[in-house]
Amino acid sequence: MLRKLGRREGSPFTGLGPVFMKELSDHLSSTRMMVLILFVIVFGALPVGFTLQELRNVTQSDQFLFLRIFTAGSERMPLSFVMALNFMIPLLAIGLGFDAVNSEFNRRTLSRVLSQPLYRDALLLGKFLSGLATLAVALSALFLIVFGAGLLLLGLPPRGPEVARGIAFLVVAIAYGGVWLAVAMLFSVIFRSTATSALCSLGLWLFFFILWPMIAQAITTGFTPAQFRTVDEVLSLEQLSLALARLSPGTLFFEAVVGVLSPETKAFGDFANLVMAQTRGMIPGTPLPLDQSLLLIWPQITGLIAGMIVLFAIAYIVFQREEVRA
Amino acid sequence: MSDPLKADNVIEARGLLKLYGSARAVDSIDLDIRRGEIFGLLGPNGAGKTTTILMMLGLTETSGGSVEVLGFNPVRQPLEVKRRVGYLPDSVGFYDHLSARENLVYIARLLDIPRRETQARIMEALGAVQLADVADKRVATFSRGMRQRLGIAEIVMKRAEVAILDEPTSGLDPHATFELLEMIRGLKRNGVAVLISSHLLDRVQSVCDRVALFNRGKIALMGTVVELANEVLGAGHPILVEASGIDVPAALKGIEGVQQVLPEGEGAWRVVADRDVRAVAAQRIVAAGGALTRLAELQPSLEEVYTRYFEEDRRAA
Repeated sequence: MLRKLGRREGSPFTGLGPVFMKELSDHLSSTRMMVLILFVIVFGALPVGFTLQELRNVTQSDQFLFLRIFTAGSERMPLSFVMALNFMIPLLAIGLGFDAVNSEFNRRTLSRVLSQPLYRDALLLGKFLSGLATLAVALSALFLIVFGAGLLLLGLPPRGPEVARGIAFLVVAIAYGGVWLAVAMLFSVIFRSTATSALCSLGLWLFFFILWPMIAQAITTGFTPAQFRTVDEVLSLEQLSLALARLSPGTLFFEAVVGVLSPETKAFGDFANLVMAQTRGMIPGTPLPLDQSLLLIWPQITGLIAGMIVLFAIAYIVFQREEVRA
Repeated sequence: MSDPLKADNVIEARGLLKLYGSARAVDSIDLDIRRGEIFGLLGPNGAGKTTTILMMLGLTETSGGSVEVLGFNPVRQPLEVKRRVGYLPDSVGFYDHLSARENLVYIARLLDIPRRETQARIMEALGAVQLADVADKRVATFSRGMRQRLGIAEIVMKRAEVAILDEPTSGLDPHATFELLEMIRGLKRNGVAVLISSHLLDRVQSVCDRVALFNRGKIALMGTVVELANEVLGAGHPILVEASGIDVPAALKGIEGVQQVLPEGEGAWRVVADRDVRAVAAQRIVAAGGALTRLAELQPSLEEVYTRYFEEDRRAA
């Protein structure tokens, strides 16, 4: 692979711009995009609506009241906006990416496009970036809608740090979407049938949302000693449980979002939080400054971005080796 | 490319090899395509035609040998090759949700055609293939023949020096085929070297200057249709005689140069001779009191060459 890359001439990014623009306009004008946005809005608007109603009646002072729109559930609907997004973003990303490459193959446009002066690199990267840009547009719009609804219904402008945290949340959400977009594109490269690749992406999504927490739980239970002798033992067990859960991108997203939107978060895992508070003399419930919150979720953000890059790289390698002929 | 004699070749393959596992899909072929000619790659499906084409475009890697297209190496300089070579793949596809014009705009962007020239070049290309009036219709509504023509329009717009067409006429009705072949001749008139792969022989025969017959990854025969016919069917002047009233074989047997007289249906005979015996044959038949209704020189048909060649090949195998 590397030998081949070293030998060939011309920039791998030749043609990236046109591919990106064409795919972006396809995404933004497609019916599928409309349907996906509708899904996201319905799933996002319900929790936000209920949460806002509840927040209007809050009397005690809360300096991060605005951010609660995103994180708080309500009595009538125990689902916060963030939880809804955790579930919906993968669906949006899979919807954008599951047929990225194999549909070109099935429409028999792939060999014609690849016979133009561009490398496969540019085609795959252009498709990925346009998917990511579409996600960014959709999520930003959604974010602004929620922000605007908050402004209108709470009658309370967000403060600077809240806006900054909101933007950090948006970045995390896009990175999370990028992971699932890369998953969907990987399957679209591997499978010639769009139905198979959609099924595999959705299967993986369900696996991480339903099965993986149970499997992680079972493994952790297996490692639980009959009796805890030291605090370290409890802590290390919690670390194991967290490490397993973090293999799911959903966990990384959720932790990162909670870390940035709930400034009180100082560590992940109940027991770790307690230990942190005890050992560092921190008072539970006091907020962290923004830079400390970002530092806290840095591993989660890098994890998401690294996962996205690794998955894209695998898709790239598979695509390079694929025969273009029918 | 230092050899001045080869300067007019647009494609040169030497010992070109493609292995799929241990199977030799393309087995050390040598091939020269000259500037401005229409060259036919013929052979049954799976003989290695498409693989050869993909190697010329750098769309699949070569396993050995060398190939140069317009002086560029498709393995190392695929962008240079693809900038100058137009390719119409086997059963070409377009983006159905876009119009013909939008499809070409995308390709124009990929080709980096200056924006102010784009529309003019697209309309010129669509005009050349008689699609100008449906330029803004969605490709989803196009027939197969229209899609193939749109593929040709893409090559025209690209101003390619070489056009490679993979099975361009397969699945087309006779009229659409005729139109398409006319457009292929149009490409040649504009100085484009055309490489056509096909298994539909009679149609290809009418446009090709030279052909290569592929068989199991090798080039079995190469040359003009007449050369191939001489090689496979034997040199000579086959003629067709239709006459009644006399014993035609007996009348023709004695003519100098006639080798065989074979019946070819009711009242018709096929005469194989090593020279043109039409005048003498007519004389003999008329002199014998026969009614001569037809006397024609048989053009060697590629179909015949092909069938005969593969028959012999199968017998030898």
